[in-house]
Amino acid sequence: MTTPKSEEMTYPAEHSEHTGEVERRAADGDPIPDPGLHEPPPRYTDVDPSANKRAERQVVGMFTLASVFIVASIVAYVLFEIEPSEGVSNVGDVQVSNFALGITLGLALLLIGIGAVHWSRSLMTSPEFAEKRKPLTSSEDVRQDTLASFNTGAHETGFGRRKMIRNSMFGALALLPLPAVVLLRDLGPLPGDSKEHTVWDEGVRLLSDVTYEPIRAADVDLGQLINVMPETFRELPEHGPERLNERAKSPVMLVRMLPEELSPAQGRENWHIDGIIAYSKICTHTGCPISLYERTTHHMLCPCHQSTFDLADNGKVIFGPATRNLPQLPLAVDDQGYLIAQSDFTEPVGPTYWERGTR
Amino acid sequence: MSSTTPPDVSASRNTAIRGAGKVVGFVDERITSSNWLKRNLRKIFPDHWSFLLGEIALFSLILIILSGVFLTFWFKPSMAHITYEGAYVPMRGIAMSEAYASTLELSFEVRGGLLMRQVHHWSTLVFIAAMSAHMLRVFFTGAFRKPRELNWLVGLTLLVLGVANGFTGYSLPDDLLSGTGLRIIEGGILAIPVVGTYLSYFIFGGEYPGEDIITRLYAIHILLVPGLIVALVTVHLMILWYQKHTQWPGSGKSEKNVVGYPFFPIYMTKAGGFMFIVFGFILLMSATVQINPVWLYGPYDPSQVTAGVQPDWYIGFLDGGLRLMPPWEISIFGYNIPLSVLIPAMILPGVILTLLAVYPWIEQKVTGDKREHHILDRPRNMPVRTSLGVAFIVFYIVLWIAGGNDFFATVLEIPVNWVSRFLQFSLILMPPIAFWITKRICLGLQRREREKVLHGRESGMIVVSPEGEFTERHEPLDPHEAYELVAHERPVVREPEPATDPNGVPNPNYKKSLRRARLSHFYFADVIDKPTRDELERVHHHHEEIAPSSNGETPQHGASDDQGGQHH
Repeated sequence: MTTPKSEEMTYPAEHSEHTGEVERRAADGDPIPDPGLHEPPPRYTDVDPSANKRAERQVVGMFTLASVFIVASIVAYVLFEIEPSEGVSNVGDVQVSNFALGITLGLALLLIGIGAVHWSRSLMTSPEFAEKRKPLTSSEDVRQDTLASFNTGAHETGFGRRKMIRNSMFGALALLPLPAVVLLRDLGPLPGDSKEHTVWDEGVRLLSDVTYEPIRAADVDLGQLINVMPETFRELPEHGPERLNERAKSPVMLVRMLPEELSPAQGRENWHIDGIIAYSKICTHTGCPISLYERTTHHMLCPCHQSTFDLADNGKVIFGPATRNLPQLPLAVDDQGYLIAQSDFTEPVGPTYWERGTR
Repeated sequence: MSSTTPPDVSASRNTAIRGAGKVVGFVDERITSSNWLKRNLRKIFPDHWSFLLGEIALFSLILIILSGVFLTFWFKPSMAHITYEGAYVPMRGIAMSEAYASTLELSFEVRGGLLMRQVHHWSTLVFIAAMSAHMLRVFFTGAFRKPRELNWLVGLTLLVLGVANGFTGYSLPDDLLSGTGLRIIEGGILAIPVVGTYLSYFIFGGEYPGEDIITRLYAIHILLVPGLIVALVTVHLMILWYQKHTQWPGSGKSEKNVVGYPFFPIYMTKAGGFMFIVFGFILLMSATVQINPVWLYGPYDPSQVTAGVQPDWYIGFLDGGLRLMPPWEISIFGYNIPLSVLIPAMILPGVILTLLAVYPWIEQKVTGDKREHHILDRPRNMPVRTSLGVAFIVFYIVLWIAGGNDFFATVLEIPVNWVSRFLQFSLILMPPIAFWITKRICLGLQRREREKVLHGRESGMIVVSPEGEFTERHEPLDPHEAYELVAHERPVVREPEPATDPNGVPNPNYKKSLRRARLSHFYFADVIDKPTRDELERVHHHHEEIAPSSNGETPQHGASDDQGGQHH
């Protein structure tokens, strides 16, 4: 191995004399001088021809094996079909195909990579050497020339003198972002008062979220929790955003507890039916559907951020980051004994927003 | 290989070289490419394992783009609702969006589709992890200092864009998990004062979730953000190439050189090989470790959620912030600012990013150092910077753990409320503790190195003197090793300017200089300085007096003859 020598390669030894490095240097100098570039010990492949040959065989072996795996991946693609058969899930087939393709391709890539690195580390003969850094700052006269060119150009535009041109141009450019913003206007409708209302209204029946049948008050067991949608949900088109939007806004959960366990706030004394009480399912924190109910304590936990609400105490927040009680749906029973809403929610459901309390 | 006598390419008997020569000739005659190639083909790149972190990020990005293009051939970014009739039997007859259905199609009806989905997801996790680790490396070694502040900002922007694109991609399959993530984002948007509600209606095309968001996120995910990422990666690499890489301190290395191996062939082969290794690892991971099995979650239904769900790792700290925040809210005249959402979702990331972005300039203010730096700091030699970094990591990890507080409550079988309370206190108390411990460790390491430079390495050999005194023999350091320990600069603690000049006129700069001096004290007052030449010589003479020629070493030139000897 010979060391290449040319103009651009230098071996540093002088760097304690650099200009501009005075500030942090102690006056009495550094304790140990730079001994200069470290000559690494020769590699096995440099001194032992058989090690050299062995490394060469290893690299060739890896590249060859990589080719084998590449071919194997094509074989795996053809061999492991994922045709679905009637009534039987093809999850197993998919996983076998995934495994076979991934392993063969992965090993092929890995072998190409390791082969290349091994080749470079063991067999390539470039030595370590030092390259000079050029200062990144331009020289002072180049900077001055640049400034001068700029000045000349600026002078030729008359930018400083022709103030009308300048100002009218700035005016036009300043207005230019406006159409860009205006053009985005149709991204969505204005909120209006849509956030203040849901489809719940006086007389709207409560449907079980599972059967989509109305719920008879007498059928609700003590301690039971039922997920509920408004009756109007049944009439929505089967496909389309209306259903999802409704499910994001109107879901309600219904629980039954002993009436004496409830402590309704003033004005809410008649919002429950013999211990059957309903709250919005949408968390007032960031809008996750609340779902973990602890029957003995009547605590309701949101799985997203653990806000906990006491359903026996007006949906009050008792733990976690939520700032507002769960909105309660006032309940009544119609003449057939089915649960209905007395009215819409008396406050907006879901997360807090800026103008929430203004209407 | 020597550049002094270039071999005559046209006369070469090697057809490959002759062919390459023709191509180079063709290009050169049109854009003078040889001029640039001559200077850059043998450009030097220094070697260190920590320099590979950025490479991992780059290579996983390539894999993300390749697998992502594959996915676009089948994925339908549409929220139109259909009834599923595809290959995955358990879902047949269920209403879902086309986006979700086409994700199922990709997984169950396209060979290699599941593999590419998993490659896309795994390489994203690796991409963001590698960028974060790379950024930590740059921070702890001071590689962000002048002249690399620009690349620090470009890199930070890339990290933000990577996280943003990871999140938009996470939302595209329109499964139950990704929808829940979007819902939380909606809550965050609603929390923005004044415009939050309007923004939400514009983004979602009306009430949440609407039927537009997947299509919109898709455009952002495959066009807008990737375009920015590719452009900024190009800028990042061009700046890196132009400024030349930083290097670790060591013998032969200075601020005015760069020591390493030539780009062609060593670095090119190594980095190219490493690219295939990264590809291979991610493919093997995708072949063996399942990720995001959306068919198990079902289509998105805003009224449903599963317990114990976790976002991708890089979103975890934001979710943790949402979980730990106390229920604070400001309400004035019916207008509300839900701080419990706004702080963790908007203000906290904003503050973190701003601090990271301006840190290079903060440190410049403290040190008053306007010089170029190409030699990296060993983290122990900048104890306060290192400790600030570790304190930040601990802050981040506490938030990250909080993102899984329900998981830890389940594993530890304690109430989730306890976990949250504990983490709330930890978030405030742990970073200062981590700062203090890290600083002690750094100072301890510095002290040990100072001893090592002064007295040599502990040999483990106990020597009994004729007087019966037991001492441990210290071996001299190898000059290269010794130089590495003292190659850093001495820190200078800046003192304030005098309050008044000799005539008693108040100094207008006094307050400013006092502030600067305080910061400088905070950074450097405790730093253990490396020994001076005088100190080394004194130690040497001391040893000579009490134990003349006890080690029998041949003295090295200069001051290094002081390294041998015994330490009591």
